[in-house]
Amino acid sequence: MSAEKNPSTAANGGTNAAAEGSELIKFDNVTKRYGSNVVLDNLCFDVSPGKHVTLIGPSGSGKTTILRLLMTLVKPDEGTIKVAGEYLSHEERNGKLVPAGEKHSREVRKNIGMVFQQFNLFPNMKVLRNITEAPVHVLGLGKDEAEQRARELLEMVGLTDHIDKYPTQLSGGQQQRVAIARALAMRPQVLLLDEVTSALDPELVAGVLDVLRDIAHSTDITMLCVTHEMNFARDISDDVLMFDAGRVIESGAPEKIFTDPEHERTREFLSAVL
Amino acid sequence: MKWDWSAVGDFMPRFWDGVLVTLQALVLGSLIAFALGLVWAMAQRSPLKAVRWPVMVVTEFIRNTPLLVQLFFLFYVLPEWGLTLSALTTGIVGLGLHYSTYTAEVYRAGIDGVPVGQWEACTALSMPRGRTWSAVILPQAIRRVVPALGNYVIAMLKDSPMIAVIGALEMLGQARQFTSITFLPTEPITVVGIAFIVIAYPASLLTRALERRLVR
Repeated sequence: MSAEKNPSTAANGGTNAAAEGSELIKFDNVTKRYGSNVVLDNLCFDVSPGKHVTLIGPSGSGKTTILRLLMTLVKPDEGTIKVAGEYLSHEERNGKLVPAGEKHSREVRKNIGMVFQQFNLFPNMKVLRNITEAPVHVLGLGKDEAEQRARELLEMVGLTDHIDKYPTQLSGGQQQRVAIARALAMRPQVLLLDEVTSALDPELVAGVLDVLRDIAHSTDITMLCVTHEMNFARDISDDVLMFDAGRVIESGAPEKIFTDPEHERTREFLSAVL
Repeated sequence: MKWDWSAVGDFMPRFWDGVLVTLQALVLGSLIAFALGLVWAMAQRSPLKAVRWPVMVVTEFIRNTPLLVQLFFLFYVLPEWGLTLSALTTGIVGLGLHYSTYTAEVYRAGIDGVPVGQWEACTALSMPRGRTWSAVILPQAIRRVVPALGNYVIAMLKDSPMIAVIGALEMLGQARQFTSITFLPTEPITVVGIAFIVIAYPASLLTRALERRLVR
């Protein structure tokens, strides 16, 4: 990994060396509640371009909510989120911040791709069209260009032979690799990975993680990753954020977090999962 | 009771006229019910309350009032507002409108059956709403509900004699008219009863075949 050890991630108002505007993702005092349950509590953190950030912590600590906020599947109750310098769930109108319209959200979201725990491939489409559907109908790519791109991606994830199959004809691991190709076909700046191996049979996990490792090391895509695969997290992460009860309680390089955590809660969590 | 084959022969010209009306009402009524039901079901998923609410009120109202009342309303009240339709057109619109509120429920169940992850994947790919519906949600939803829609076609066939009350003489209407002239009820009504089975039974077989093919 890169030689610089400057933490690019500042958590919960910690000092942030990066100049304003240089971060790709910026959470500013974001609070999210479900009823009286506070899932995210005044959360501040940001991610610089090209960084791979892993979110760890016990379930219910707010990790997945962060990905769902970025995907605009849920909206923050307070605070703002910026992606590539643009407000995500808000937009500026006459100098005022108002909740974003669907169109604005969709534009900003084009920078973000997501891979889901349950794959969520389209079962009514063959593998190739799963990957070309959005590039053709959202980005306006020509069919040939989109198919060319899809073939390259399928080669990268090792599924060239399955191009004409339906998702249900594939194993879980193969489906997840198609889902990764589908997300990358949109050329997002950020890739969100939501426990992408949790629904897989154990023997299929390695194949998916290998593909992701390859992407992490060979592209400059920014990754935001929720995972329980600690070895994978250690492998690909520039930064690890430890969540507990809707707050980042500790953050830093994986070497530090995994070997010498400062927070008692982090130690407990890691000893339970490692 | 005696059976007179010559009465059957006399009834035939009227019978075929009736068959034509029945089939027109059934086919066109079904098309309206399928299309309009889909519109209702999608509108009930609209993010706008101003769309969802009126649609819910209208469909509940139509579903919970008798078809017969709706047919009379369309035939006798609409002309007061300047819209006059022929008896057959009124019958087709009435059947289609009435059954659209049932097919809407069928579609709704199909749409609800599409996993929420499919919607989320569309969001993640920034797909616009129209494309999400047409390329992802509806192909999966409709596949599941084709057999249930088929059942409503059969139900509609069995309700089609109601349009005779506004003067669209389908099979049964023709039989009754024949009877009122000849005082022979047995032959025409028997023929019509058999005709209903001849149309409905293959339709239900087709529905079942579709069910086997489409629903895993």
